[in-house]
Amino acid sequence: MSEKKKRLAIIASKADIPGAYPPLILATTAAAMDYEVGIFFTFFGLNMLKKNKLNKLKVTPAGETAMPMPIPQIVGILPGMTGMATMMMKSWMKGANVAKLQELMDLTVEAGAKLIACQMTMDVMKIKRKQLINECEVGGAAAFLEFASEADITLYM
Amino acid sequence: MSEIKIAKTLDAKNLSCPLPILKTKKAIADIEIGEFLEVLSTDPGSVADFKAWTNSTGHELADQSTENGIFRYIIKKTK
Repeated sequence: MSEKKKRLAIIASKADIPGAYPPLILATTAAAMDYEVGIFFTFFGLNMLKKNKLNKLKVTPAGETAMPMPIPQIVGILPGMTGMATMMMKSWMKGANVAKLQELMDLTVEAGAKLIACQMTMDVMKIKRKQLINECEVGGAAAFLEFASEADITLYM
Repeated sequence: MSEIKIAKTLDAKNLSCPLPILKTKKAIADIEIGEFLEVLSTDPGSVADFKAWTNSTGHELADQSTENGIFRYIIKKTK
């Protein structure tokens, strides 16, 4: 194919379950649509690049008023509630045959997506390169902007 | 439609977005140009998604039908 590929650039800044899915769903789908894909993982989003972390991401009911749990909001902050909400959400997702986060990340890597780990976040959160998956590169705002400057779609998530 | 010969069938039933599309992308790599891939899905969102995917990739959505809640797509590999 000689025509220029379309390009998707994403900034992933969250790493709870509802925050981690959208970047990976869009990245894998865009790759399946023959797009070039790049994701800049910053702040909490950097957790998505940690080894063996994706299956441990959680969802908190505190502050999430649309969470379909039969409990008052104030109860959501109690110990154990995040674990319970996470368990419930994982079971709903399994029931709906939603791909696991790790499965989507594997496909993203396999598609050759450019995965940029934010150096500044690594410094702030004292995360070392060896804690991150091998397939990512470390960079900063300029590295992402250079990629995104040629993008057809750029999303902040 | 009678002349269409299916080279491969992908059973993507009971899978949620975006898996039917991701598996279709992989499955189409297994057939030759000019051959047809059949995909079965139970995801109602797949109707819009397969239209978009074929538009975007240039493969041809030769036929789409629905029966008993199963969406059937016939895709011709064009490249």
